[in-house]
Amino acid sequence: MKFRAKIVDLACLNHFTRVSNMIAKLAKTCTLRISPEKLNFILSDKLASGGVSMWCELEQENIFSEFQMEGVSAENNEIYLELTSENLSRALKTAQNARALKIKLTNKHFPCLTVSVELLSSSSSSRIVTHDIPIKVIPRRLWKDLQEPSVPDSDVSIYLPALKTMKSVVEKMKNISNHLVIEANLNGDLNLKIETELVCVTTHFKDLGNPVLPSESVSQNRHPEDMVEVHIDIRKLLQFLAGQQVTPTKAVCNIVSNRMVHFDLLLDDISLQYFIPAWS
Amino acid sequence: MKCLITGGNVKVLGKAVHSLSRIGDELYLEPLKGGLSLRTVNSSRSAYACFLFAPLFFQQYQAASPGQDLLRCKILMKSFLSVFRSLAMVEKSVEKCCISLSGSNSHLVVQLHCKYGVKKTHNLSFQDCESLQAVFNPALCPHLLRAPARVLAEAVLSFPPALTEVTLGIGHGQRVILRSYQEEEADNANKAMVTETSIGEEDFQQLQAPEGIAVTFCLKEFRGLLSFAESANLSLSVHFDVPGRPVIFTIEDSLLDGHFVLATLLEQDPCSQDLCSPKPCQPVPQKEAHSTPPLDDFTNDDIDCYMIAMETTVGSEGSRAQPSTSLPHVSQPSHDLAPSSEEEEEAEPSTVPGTPPPKKFRSLFFGSILAPVHSPQGPSPVLAEDSDGEG
Repeated sequence: MKFRAKIVDLACLNHFTRVSNMIAKLAKTCTLRISPEKLNFILSDKLASGGVSMWCELEQENIFSEFQMEGVSAENNEIYLELTSENLSRALKTAQNARALKIKLTNKHFPCLTVSVELLSSSSSSRIVTHDIPIKVIPRRLWKDLQEPSVPDSDVSIYLPALKTMKSVVEKMKNISNHLVIEANLNGDLNLKIETELVCVTTHFKDLGNPVLPSESVSQNRHPEDMVEVHIDIRKLLQFLAGQQVTPTKAVCNIVSNRMVHFDLLLDDISLQYFIPAWS
Repeated sequence: MKCLITGGNVKVLGKAVHSLSRIGDELYLEPLKGGLSLRTVNSSRSAYACFLFAPLFFQQYQAASPGQDLLRCKILMKSFLSVFRSLAMVEKSVEKCCISLSGSNSHLVVQLHCKYGVKKTHNLSFQDCESLQAVFNPALCPHLLRAPARVLAEAVLSFPPALTEVTLGIGHGQRVILRSYQEEEADNANKAMVTETSIGEEDFQQLQAPEGIAVTFCLKEFRGLLSFAESANLSLSVHFDVPGRPVIFTIEDSLLDGHFVLATLLEQDPCSQDLCSPKPCQPVPQKEAHSTPPLDDFTNDDIDCYMIAMETTVGSEGSRAQPSTSLPHVSQPSHDLAPSSEEEEEAEPSTVPGTPPPKKFRSLFFGSILAPVHSPQGPSPVLAEDSDGEG
């Protein structure tokens, strides 16, 4: 099993750093899947994550100038590693003005992902910072739990409003109740509602637009004004929103009535999918 | 004792107090003929710091009233620090600072003359005390590094703020290496990330140390001096010896000098000390740290052997098998048997609450530096040492 990759372009490095910062906010521990074409950050819907799952995908050739990997075997040419997300983002943080960054899989006392950064020091001699991130190799028998989640047939699909706005609204709502209702319709309306004995607060977002869905079967029978809702834990939504530091290129919210909400974001060339199950 | 500090020097004094506050809870103030000395030591006696401000640093300096003995006192660090708590405020509004200590007055008086005629007077109670004197001599240390503080400050930036210990050493190609230190953990699952910065020797004004030498000390305590030296734009000298002997950091300029003496870990896990070799540790640690493969050799790094070991246990519960290389703990016994150890502080885990977690830091300064150095790798342990004169 081998992995080594190199980034030399500063823009690519910053992009990768931003992704890693986002992942660190979304999941304390996550799985990194390395395959010949892609890198994935995965959180599967286990009990530990409260049923939340995440799938983030990036094309390796958009980031790395050099990329070599050899998976577990020829038929299973992939590597699955578990790591603490914050370690990666901290390691990348030191690479702010790097000349080059190398990542490789190593085994120094324990299996690591070694991030090696070559910095330009002020006296123009190079300085090298190395981070050994401890990892756990995930055995092949567990890979089936870490596959790309199938996108469910949603009842409503709607474009999200500005995530910063959503975040500030949800942050305030969290102080009132943990139970949030997201509802949306095919007319571009999205509402966030919380309700307690004393007070009921709703924030209305209008004119958001709905993406055209490929399979029209379910939604065609629906009246555009009809709201579809799901009850979720507000903290999970807040965690998702807190991780979004950059304005996405595209942000879609898919609601499966009373089952789950699925966020589908595109940040330049990196895709992020985040699933929050209904409150149980 | 009476002294007057004006202008930018007030902030310098404040910064010095801030860095001393990182070490100890009590400040020993001793006016000497050669200047005003501020010293502190930490509770486990594993760190000592001292700043000496020359008479030229002050607009007026009077060590003692004529005919009187030199007084010295010990004050709570917290109290003295509170005078200089906000350095920004000190810089902006304090014009003069007057510190006076007299036998008749039961307080140390610190008076800040600020803008707009505002005068702040702090009366700090103090205790009489013995002179706090650590025994150390940088000249006795065989190894030396010297660099602008900025170089080391930049290197330390890559470490997490919470990191307690760091290992400093010389690696392959005379590069200076700073690595985060981690205690050997039985449970591999909770390992922390290891960060290492390697600096070329060109960045150092002086570098006299062999490859392979490494010492581990408390980063938190070191940061105090580092930030002071960086803000004063001074060079920092690092004098060190074998692991277990203290490391001495010094800065100096015409107006002041500072010494921070920190204990180093006696017990060295051979791999953390092995800064030269990027190879994974062999089950039996090899002591040939000087013949090393090139740093960036991927062929040694692949994880195949580990992976093979793991795959064969796929049937069993283990999702990860322990790598077979578990390092024997090379424990170097502490040969500190100076029979005449007076107030010798024990390096053993202290049961006093509030002391740092048990580490094998030797407290060497207050007496045992007098003993000659034992090489921990000596074939036969020295059981009774010569008692030397002064160190």
